[in-house]
Amino acid sequence: MASNAKFNFKKSITDALADKQLRANFKFATDALRGKRLAVLSDPEETLHLRKVGNAIKRKGLTQLPQLLEKLEAKCQENGIIVHWAETTAEANEIVLGIMEKHSGHKVVKGKSMVSEEMHLNKFLEDKGKLPLETDLGEYIIQLNHEPPSHIIVPAVHKNRKQIAQIFADNIPGVSYTEDTTELLAIARGKLREHYRTADIGLSGVNFAIAESGTLCLVENEGNGRMCTTVPPVHVALMGLEKVVEKLEDVPPLYRLLCGSATGQRITTYFNMIKGPRKAGEKDGPKEVHLVILDNGRSKILADTQLRQTLQCIRCGTCLNHCPVYTRIGGHAYGSTYPGPIGEILMPQVEGLDKKGMLPTASSLCNACEEVCPVMIPIPNLIRRLRDESYDMDDDGIVKGHGYKKNRLETMVWKGWKLTQVNATCNKLMLLGVQIFGNMLPKVGPLKAWTSVRTAPKFARQSLKDLAKKEGIRNE
Amino acid sequence: MSNVNSSRDNIFTRLKANTAASAHVPEVDAWVPAPITDKKERVAKFVELMSAMRTEVHQVKGDEWVAKLQEIMAERGLKNLVYGQGTDISKKLEAAWKGKKDIGPLVPWTQDAEAFRDELFEAGAGITTTMGGIAEAAAMILWPSPEEPRMLSLVPPVHFAVVKADKIWTSFAEAIEALDWSAKSPTNALLISGPSKTADIELILQFGVHGPTDLIVFVVD
Repeated sequence: MASNAKFNFKKSITDALADKQLRANFKFATDALRGKRLAVLSDPEETLHLRKVGNAIKRKGLTQLPQLLEKLEAKCQENGIIVHWAETTAEANEIVLGIMEKHSGHKVVKGKSMVSEEMHLNKFLEDKGKLPLETDLGEYIIQLNHEPPSHIIVPAVHKNRKQIAQIFADNIPGVSYTEDTTELLAIARGKLREHYRTADIGLSGVNFAIAESGTLCLVENEGNGRMCTTVPPVHVALMGLEKVVEKLEDVPPLYRLLCGSATGQRITTYFNMIKGPRKAGEKDGPKEVHLVILDNGRSKILADTQLRQTLQCIRCGTCLNHCPVYTRIGGHAYGSTYPGPIGEILMPQVEGLDKKGMLPTASSLCNACEEVCPVMIPIPNLIRRLRDESYDMDDDGIVKGHGYKKNRLETMVWKGWKLTQVNATCNKLMLLGVQIFGNMLPKVGPLKAWTSVRTAPKFARQSLKDLAKKEGIRNE
Repeated sequence: MSNVNSSRDNIFTRLKANTAASAHVPEVDAWVPAPITDKKERVAKFVELMSAMRTEVHQVKGDEWVAKLQEIMAERGLKNLVYGQGTDISKKLEAAWKGKKDIGPLVPWTQDAEAFRDELFEAGAGITTTMGGIAEAAAMILWPSPEEPRMLSLVPPVHFAVVKADKIWTSFAEAIEALDWSAKSPTNALLISGPSKTADIELILQFGVHGPTDLIVFVVD
């Protein structure tokens, strides 16, 4: 979803909370996904070991990012893959369009790619008169309904089968309403197989790119990714620059973590490793393979070693499934390409706190996301950091849009509070004031908002300090 | 669109400047599933886990798989079987099909995909060899070749695969080493763990969404 000025987070949360069907759909799906994850990552000791390994691989990769990307580029080129670099999503879109134009291509079949969502590639291509077709079943459903994904792994999870039946009946000519999932699947299969056969370009994401051999790895269950990367004459792969790993040996633990965390599988149906276009003598495969490597703010995030951890993410989506906020409001309410806890820390850094600074407010800091993150990103700490930078009290923020919430009143209040904590006279005065007037504070302004869903605490007649003194407890 | 080279340069300038402050990387022991040393156990694990994801696994001795294959072809009335010429299994297939009229015919894939694509999309089944299997994760390893192209295991609705019991390793990591994967793997290498599936509608597991609806594996000892 484009970040538009009109986006009202509070309203979208209120609307989502009031939508009983939506809440039921998300509760059902996220409960089930959590259960499936536990069934595969069932041994806590082994899971922790795996997570530590995943964390170390990604951390190390980030410290060597320029070297790994240079190696990846060189190896890919050796393998016959054409490598493109895009600083912005606009550049990446133009690169894809340029490749299509060069081949006079009109129809592009797409495997699931969150980077393409980040680029808003479908809208861009449609505006240029092209025909981008999503082929992942979930993406296919929401494209029919002109919606963005609501989950990064299961994009149509906000719809139940009745709603999907209606979407098919309304949008596919000649299809009548059916809730039979086998029939729905057969309809999609029939339509999409025809498109694979006749598409000009196949497009995919990349889960891991192996630097030492110039190999692109794709993880999937449906086979649409293999179709898109094998059948059309040209394959374009899109990746964020943090997806590179050093060597093949890094892949098995990351792959296990990704499958286990995302869908609760030991392994997906297909693990597809691509090392270049069709070679002489081979009978199939694309004749041209392009790799578009997108920055879009990522290289800036690297600068700060705390914030850098955001880039360890392997996009498994398990933080979404475990988040008490996401599971109640769903993905669309966040109004961003990446929802949930990972979106709360990633989007403000990419688009700026001034535009996405409200996202990190949607957290109870319960730590569930950190406990399950397969690469151990300390998401709650990063949320705190971004909240801090939103006010930027100490004028040392570095994230784009830092200090967007800064205002004189709050700055003064906190400065005053500081004074009452470091100066004995001020402290006494403050305590006295609270004892006398504390319970008479009128519930207006921020206090009214705060107390509308909470019980205001009652201030005691005597402070803890005084009571302790009376009891004879010595202050050491 | 800005100059392509300048985009690359700008990105690398930032990357190099911004990775200068290197973060601490903890030392961790590698994660390698414990090897299953007994072959019988390894094969049993492979069969158990593959079957759990709706793959049909048949354990057979020597060349028995050919008769079993013909039996399944007849039972399901599969209209034909696409295969690659010049492989470990092709001679056996050709010999077994000689003079056979009561089951779907053998169709060799001899042309480039452009000429063969429409026929392939109409095919009843395809058969491939494999490089082996992984027991702990339950997957077959396929290295498509000029003889057995990539789409042979993808487009026909039924995929038959032949896995040698001697080539079943415990883990992906073990197979990487045994096959000298980094040096020798082809243009496209695959792990396949079952028939094509999706859970995109109400998380209901359904099979046969884009790729094969049925995966039938012969484990040959």
